[in-house]
Amino acid sequence: MIRSELIQKIAEENPHLYQRDVEKIVNTIFEEITKAMAEGHRVELRGFGAFSVKKRDQRVGRNPRTGHAVEVEEKHVPFFKTGKLLRDRLNGK
Amino acid sequence: MAGETLTRMDLAEAVHREVGLSRNESAELVEGVLRMISDALVGGESVKISSFGTFSTREKSARIGRNPKTGEEVPIHPRRVLTFRSSHLMKERVAAGNRR
Repeated sequence: MIRSELIQKIAEENPHLYQRDVEKIVNTIFEEITKAMAEGHRVELRGFGAFSVKKRDQRVGRNPRTGHAVEVEEKHVPFFKTGKLLRDRLNGK
Repeated sequence: MAGETLTRMDLAEAVHREVGLSRNESAELVEGVLRMISDALVGGESVKISSFGTFSTREKSARIGRNPKTGEEVPIHPRRVLTFRSSHLMKERVAAGNRR
């Protein structure tokens, strides 16, 4: 399923809403999650899962082509942990 | 890094603010979106949201685990796990936003 199909399904479930509003709703949800993580916040959606930001320490990496050591700066990466309810549902519980 | 936590309520509030629906209906729509994504995943589909990321499921086979406290062997049953791969755009925004 891709974004446009998700929008389509939500639109079908909510025939009283304009398609462009459904688009805006779906886009707002994903934008809000991304924005929160960009600000270093966590987004906890009980039963579904939690989005958080993990810190990767500075390290010495290697250029795979030349083998030269290069300093890789500390960085932050997005992380998702599946919620218990969804994890159970995926396993038929 | 500020450890603030957002919930469904904050997402509903954003929908209310951006689209102008009532808070109640906004909350129902947030729930609907999460349910649609969950149902697709449970049904074996992956969910790919451009410029956000991809949710997909993977089968893990059975293995022997160990209770780290007691050292006791315990069977881990085969199971289906969900993985989320963030898009490059999200990775860039999260990296840039959290840079000192």
